Amino acid sequence: MRRAELVTAFVLAFFSMYLMWKSGEGPSWNPDIARFDNIGFDETGAPGSGFWPFWLSLVMLLSSIWVMVNWWRRTSPPSQSDAPYMDGYSWRMLLFIGGGLFAFLGVIEWLGFYAGIFLFLIYYLRFLGKHAWRQTLLIAILTPVFCFFFFDVAMRIVLPKGLTEPLFLPLYELFL
Amino acid sequence: MSLSKIIGASALCLTMLGTAGIAQAWEPTKPVDFVIMAGKGGGADKMARLMQSIVEKENLSNRPLVPTNKPGGSGAEALVHMKGVSDPDHTIMVTLNSFFTTPLRQPGLDVDIMKFAPVGRMAEDTFLLWVHKDEGITSFEQFLEQAKSRGKGWVMGGTGKNSEDNIITDHLNEAYGLSIKYIPYKGGGAVAKDLAGQQITSSVNNPSEALGFYESGDVIPLVAFTDERLPMFPDVPTLKETGSDFSYFMQRAVVGAPGMSDDALGYFTDLFSKVYESEAWQEYKSSKSLMGDFMAGSDLTGYWDTQRERHTTILKASGAIK
Amino acid sequence: MDIIPALIDGIYQALAPINLALCVIGVIVGLFVGAMPGLGSVNGVAILLPFTFVIQDITGTATSPMIFLAAIYYGAMYGGAISSITLGIPGASTAVATTFDGRPLALKGKAELALVTAAIASFIGATVANVFFTAFAPPLATVALKFGNPEIFALMLLAFSTFIGLGGDDIPKTLISIALGLVLATVGFDIITGEPRLQFGDPFDLFPATAGLIDTTGFSHGIRFLVLAIGVYGIGEMIWTINSTRGEVTMTEANVTFRSVLSAIKQFPKAMKGTMVGSFLGFFVGILPAAGATPGSLMAYGVTKMFSRDKESYGKGNVNGVAAPEAANNSASTGAMLPMMTLGIPGSPTTAVLLAGMVIWGLQPGPLLFSEQPDFVWPLIGSFYVSNLVAVLVNLAFIPVFLWMLRMPFTILAPMIFVLSVIGTYAAYQNMFDVWLMLLFGIGAYLLRILDYPLAPAVLAIVLGPIAEPTMRQSLILSDGSFSIFFTRPISGPIMIVAVILILLPVLNWLRVSMRKSPPV
Repeated sequence: MRRAELVTAFVLAFFSMYLMWKSGEGPSWNPDIARFDNIGFDETGAPGSGFWPFWLSLVMLLSSIWVMVNWWRRTSPPSQSDAPYMDGYSWRMLLFIGGGLFAFLGVIEWLGFYAGIFLFLIYYLRFLGKHAWRQTLLIAILTPVFCFFFFDVAMRIVLPKGLTEPLFLPLYELFL
Repeated sequence: MSLSKIIGASALCLTMLGTAGIAQAWEPTKPVDFVIMAGKGGGADKMARLMQSIVEKENLSNRPLVPTNKPGGSGAEALVHMKGVSDPDHTIMVTLNSFFTTPLRQPGLDVDIMKFAPVGRMAEDTFLLWVHKDEGITSFEQFLEQAKSRGKGWVMGGTGKNSEDNIITDHLNEAYGLSIKYIPYKGGGAVAKDLAGQQITSSVNNPSEALGFYESGDVIPLVAFTDERLPMFPDVPTLKETGSDFSYFMQRAVVGAPGMSDDALGYFTDLFSKVYESEAWQEYKSSKSLMGDFMAGSDLTGYWDTQRERHTTILKASGAIK
Repeated sequence: MDIIPALIDGIYQALAPINLALCVIGVIVGLFVGAMPGLGSVNGVAILLPFTFVIQDITGTATSPMIFLAAIYYGAMYGGAISSITLGIPGASTAVATTFDGRPLALKGKAELALVTAAIASFIGATVANVFFTAFAPPLATVALKFGNPEIFALMLLAFSTFIGLGGDDIPKTLISIALGLVLATVGFDIITGEPRLQFGDPFDLFPATAGLIDTTGFSHGIRFLVLAIGVYGIGEMIWTINSTRGEVTMTEANVTFRSVLSAIKQFPKAMKGTMVGSFLGFFVGILPAAGATPGSLMAYGVTKMFSRDKESYGKGNVNGVAAPEAANNSASTGAMLPMMTLGIPGSPTTAVLLAGMVIWGLQPGPLLFSEQPDFVWPLIGSFYVSNLVAVLVNLAFIPVFLWMLRMPFTILAPMIFVLSVIGTYAAYQNMFDVWLMLLFGIGAYLLRILDYPLAPAVLAIVLGPIAEPTMRQSLILSDGSFSIFFTRPISGPIMIVAVILILLPVLNWLRVSMRKSPPV
């Protein structure tokens, strides 16, 4: 926990420096405007486009340093704790759930929402939840069907179908 | 299993649809993505939803139009989306003048507006100059006098930077030697309200945005930026009458995604000409003081060409582009 | 005064069979749409807008369609609390504050208490607002007109000042959270200069070789509230809950009966203080043409906590912490109808669509609406009372259904919540880029959550930032760059002073305490 606290503070500090650098960027179509030209007051007397993000990123940077100071003084609870940042169970769950979600989105891009929901639910219910196949399949089939009628038909929010689009044309014919 | 049955059944349906498609004219086979290049509640959004309502009510289309707002970056988000759609036959968009200005200001987007399919121009929105009644100004001449004497103390509110409102303000400043201060807002409604609350001294709202406060007598129009006087405001002179050769309109047009087939374009042009002719649209058009007739095909692309030329000149003059 | 007869006549008309039916259908639709994270009232109203054209054709007036949409709006405000409490995901920015205490109550197995408190507080809040709306609508509109950019900025600062108390004890981590939320809110295009900002065009522009590998044009529309909120609550908080309980989550006690709901109703008086604060504060913030109901609900939570003798219990499941934001967001959404109808400016995306609806039905919102269109206005006001009553009854009736959902094994509920988070994010903006971003935020939120970084301030900052920043800069254009404009105007001055005091108080207090405390060896 102690090491993670410090590493996170450094990551946030670097991220805020990146944001400060990025805030100062001028418009891409006008290379004459120098970097950091927009973070102060412009000729009209008002703050430029980079004013708000630049100075707030600076607040973030200073606060990250403050977190590091607290780490050194051991005043914040995570900097006193000897417990591991994440134990084996947590790492496994993060990997299985997070990885599953990334794969879920990948399948959506490829085969569309409904195939994605079906496969994700089978993965989660059967392999993480250890539910029986019967229950798993029931939920994995009913959920996309319900979602189709709720989103595509009732709410007219047409979810992307990816490669499975042709399968849905007859359904559009029937319900939309 | 059952999946293969579904696939088989749908393949059958598909071939049936396919053969039917040859016999009849083109019709959408899935919901049509109706992109709005502005946020919810703005003028373009209201108009798009009115068109959608008319289509549903009159049952003009066999598949629904599904509006999606893509307001990012004065239409940049919408233009990029349109450029990259996988199915251009089922994607149309409602446009504003940012259709001309945004590709000019951001060449990096690599958008060529002439590649869009010219479905139809539904109207041209008009602009008027408004002041609060407590200013005691009743004519454009008095406005010039007051604005000149107050210099930077005269504040114009408008929607966005380098937008329609900004272009008109720049023109007034340049043509009459004024130094009006321009404050960009997010939407026309907020501008109209701040004028009524005297937070700003003038605005160049569309009639639809200022109408509520005009009817209550809080704000008064001084001059119209049109070619002829508006039927709704017969006593308000045009800027041309005061001697300056300047008029400015906002296009309200529907375009198809680049790469739309001619059959689909024909279908949508027909669809929107029916919307244009509907009673509801005509009533909206007259009550909100909109001008312009229906325009499609090569007339519309010709119109875009002149508008693009014009905006290039205007934006160069104001220094927004090189 | 002829308000009373006009109101009675209005209620009578709202009770006409078709209008009553529209109220009931609208409330039920709203309840479900509002409870679905990502959908919210704005989608419900926008999607049913074309349908209202048909209603108008049948009834011949603009009143019935408006009653229908207003009922959806009402129902969704009630529904927002349901997902905040049961799923822990605020479906709309107005319901973020409800998660602070509603979620802990649900995790303690007292979901029914939280749901009942939310429903009754919502009812009282909306009723108080309805009475104010009926009695003072036109004069209050002129108050709203006095709020220009400096005043709205001052109000946002006041809302921010209540953040300080929300973050917990770790001041630098709270500051990081607020600052990060505010910076993320600026991604996209700057409306004042029209320039793109922080668009991470090639996200790794430090390493040109990777440029163009990922399509990042999605940054051009900015980072929207729901993308962050669903990521933080739907993904991050969920993984954290699973890991910290080893997957053994009980959301509600086994036996929820009609009687236990009844006993929750009997316990409501304990939440009366939060309800009252929320009802009044919510309405007055709601009528201001700024952000709709979000700052109202936030300030109500902050103020209730500030004046409580038992500050420690907030954030751990205090019923007042549920009642205050819920009373406030319902009260504020009625209030937000006022600037929409009388000034023609929407305070939220939902009122923006309602405004579009009024235009479509041929009405002109504006100061004259009340005097020139009494046939539209009074039945609508009457329907507020009717919808509100219908909404509380429907909501209470559905509570056992929502609780039944919570009794599902967590290994079924959790994947459902993940699926809902993904669809909800897509449905909100119809954009896959936002869904990927939501997932990244979710994983990041989980990693920060373990180290006690408070994330609610970031979620709220991303709502208030896009209002605070332009109003500050618009004010400074007006004053040629002088900050005195915020302090010298008659309305913004006092608000600014209160906000500055509220911000400084806890910081000074913290400094005093931490100076005395020496670091452990």
